[in-house]
Amino acid sequence: MIFTEFFYGAIAIALGAFITLIRIMLGPSVPDRVVGVDTLNTLIVAEMILLGAAYDRVIYIDIAIVYALLSYIGTLVIAKYLQGGLE
Amino acid sequence: MIESIIHAFLTISITFNLLGTFSLHRFPDVYTRLHGATKCTTFGTIFAVLAVIVHAIWQIRETGDPKYLQMMLHSLVALIALMLTNPTGAHAIAKAAHLSGYKPAKAVIDAYERKLRGERA
Repeated sequence: MIFTEFFYGAIAIALGAFITLIRIMLGPSVPDRVVGVDTLNTLIVAEMILLGAAYDRVIYIDIAIVYALLSYIGTLVIAKYLQGGLE
Repeated sequence: MIESIIHAFLTISITFNLLGTFSLHRFPDVYTRLHGATKCTTFGTIFAVLAVIVHAIWQIRETGDPKYLQMMLHSLVALIALMLTNPTGAHAIAKAAHLSGYKPAKAVIDAYERKLRGERA
């Protein structure tokens, strides 16, 4: 059983994720791409929650929690690498 | 009634998420892009989770399945994790971009640069 409204919402957010991918490919500098990846992580968490509601599976929402925490660690590591050390 | 509440929350969520992604293309430099994208996507995701919570409460009242209580609580935990980590990550990206030498594009005054050099901002 699919709840259609959540499924269409997930499709619209996936469209936004593709627009973000264009910025990640075009981005003139490295921090532009990092901003794009950070935005993409937030959109993917929203997408996983909406798909979990659409397909009636709670396990997708659990994966969204883990993805949010791990992508935060990834963003922090890239930021510390860009600023040149742990200071 | 409840379906129209869910549709309104989903519409607000999609609108703000798409506005956040368009702001990545319309703003000139890193800091303004970070400003637009982070705030808009966080606000949009709050409303997506609110739609899921209203849907789960409605399904609890319709069917009485405890799976929907689990869905509601776990999406709330995901929202709290996102709201704690998103502004912190944006702050780290902005500081790293400034320290690695990318200046704001059309800025007249750079107060953080003055503070790093030890002058009064």
